[in-house]
Amino acid sequence: MTVALTDSDRALLAGEKGPAARLAMSIVVRMADVGDVPALMDISAAHIDSAIYLGEGTMAFAEKLAALGGKVVVPSSLNVSGLDEHGWRDWPVPPEYAAKAHRQMVAYQAMGCAPIWTCAPYQTKHKPVFGQQIAWGESNAICFANSVIGARTERYPDMFDICAALTGRVPAAGLHLEENRGGQDLVRLVGIPEPLMAESSFYPVLGHLVGKFAQERIPVIDGLSVTPTEDQLKALCAGTACSGAVALLHIVGVTPEAPTYAAAFLGKAPERTLVVTLDDLRAARRELTTVSDQPLDMVMLGSPHFSLAEFRALAPLLEGKRRAPGTAFVVTTSRIMAALAKADGLLEPLEAFGGRVSVDACVLTMPMLKAGEKVLMTNSAKYAYYTPGLLGAGVAFGSTVDCVESAVRGRVIRDESLWNE
Amino acid sequence: MERMIAGRVIVPGTGSGEILFSDQPLSFWGGYDQATGEIIDRRHPLSGAMAAGKILAVSASRGSSTTSAVLLEAALAGTAPAAIITAGPDRFLALASIVAEEVFGKPVPMVALSDEDFRTLAGAARAEVLSGGSVRLQA
Repeated sequence: MTVALTDSDRALLAGEKGPAARLAMSIVVRMADVGDVPALMDISAAHIDSAIYLGEGTMAFAEKLAALGGKVVVPSSLNVSGLDEHGWRDWPVPPEYAAKAHRQMVAYQAMGCAPIWTCAPYQTKHKPVFGQQIAWGESNAICFANSVIGARTERYPDMFDICAALTGRVPAAGLHLEENRGGQDLVRLVGIPEPLMAESSFYPVLGHLVGKFAQERIPVIDGLSVTPTEDQLKALCAGTACSGAVALLHIVGVTPEAPTYAAAFLGKAPERTLVVTLDDLRAARRELTTVSDQPLDMVMLGSPHFSLAEFRALAPLLEGKRRAPGTAFVVTTSRIMAALAKADGLLEPLEAFGGRVSVDACVLTMPMLKAGEKVLMTNSAKYAYYTPGLLGAGVAFGSTVDCVESAVRGRVIRDESLWNE
Repeated sequence: MERMIAGRVIVPGTGSGEILFSDQPLSFWGGYDQATGEIIDRRHPLSGAMAAGKILAVSASRGSSTTSAVLLEAALAGTAPAAIITAGPDRFLALASIVAEEVFGKPVPMVALSDEDFRTLAGAARAEVLSGGSVRLQA
């Protein structure tokens, strides 16, 4: 062991705060050693991705820590779960799966985590503040918290997040430290039409492209001449965290640590440069689609979870329309956001359209596809990226308008006009 | 022809077998089938390969935080690689194996090589991860 420990770290390791804290601390210390990190530091909040049920292992891990009396020592929120615990019977979810996924959810709540069940915790009251040291799981949330808010978290794996929450300690390294937060790669947008930059489906595509280029490095996007909305930034971050492992990005003139080009790079020169043209974006957009014009089984919106603003933008698009009988239309969100949308009357147009909301889980974490549902469509880079591998289905990426129109016609159709200038 | 490379132990243990090499990072979530050990990221060069019981040499993990949970499930289900070799330590894969060891006593042996040494794994047919972190390669 090479990491320097405080007296209270040693007390945790010695089991003085109970066996769960001892186990969690030993994992934190081993991870510090893996990264050659000389010291630990405090965090003041955590977001726990580990509650997604993947099998006996993730359940046994959670139940073990809970049975050992584990209690989080910092405010800790829960990410997407493996189960919409009230609505799962409406989907082809095997009861045995539901029982186990639920046991895992209960174990995390027993440890004191707040059951907000969302991959967009930054759109809830658990949103951190600029400069706050946090330990977050969930790749899109990590990128958003670091990039858009300026909070500080490393990219943490499942199961480590709960160890950090049970001890309040993490290795003092990586993106927790100011000097490691400067941009490394320059992504320069050249000749991109402004109407396209204002369009929401631009951001998942740009995210996919930037993530592929940057991988685990810190990209700085320059040349964005519009001010993106929070949900557009959310889509951008989610995209970069699928095709790459981007945990922090800067956008010159937009994100808080990039008021200027020089500030984004902490005064250094970029190590690599990628020039992005409309052609590159078209190619990236094509990569998110694996099917051509064909009958559509399901439209899925809401990865990351749909926000109130997204419900508000969707409602008028659905007015007076109805989905085709063979095409399901689902919006995934959190129970909190669904309740807010309902209170604002935003779920009625969705239901009249023949669509529905599923809460707390998502199409990737809960079995929601019926046998034979093989062609899906989405406005999300994350759904598009993971659908072929995780769901064994084909996927088409399009704008929200494309998704609605495709659901109405029961076939994948896309408006190419903004991408063809 | 045999060749030895010195690596760094990330999680102790030994393993040997056919080597699956790629310098492309792999997300285990959506990229590794925990039930079978097949690599299922259809955009990855190793797509379709069965990694269970083999020596998986990927430069790093990528993408989802859930990569660690998938490797833990595979370790418990017996569908994990016999050992994993990465270019530099990968915290996501390391965490999974550390949890598998600390909580379940079933670690996946893991060794990190320098980037330069890692690249020389291309073309090797078999590898053996030895205790102490060395890797023995057979062409």
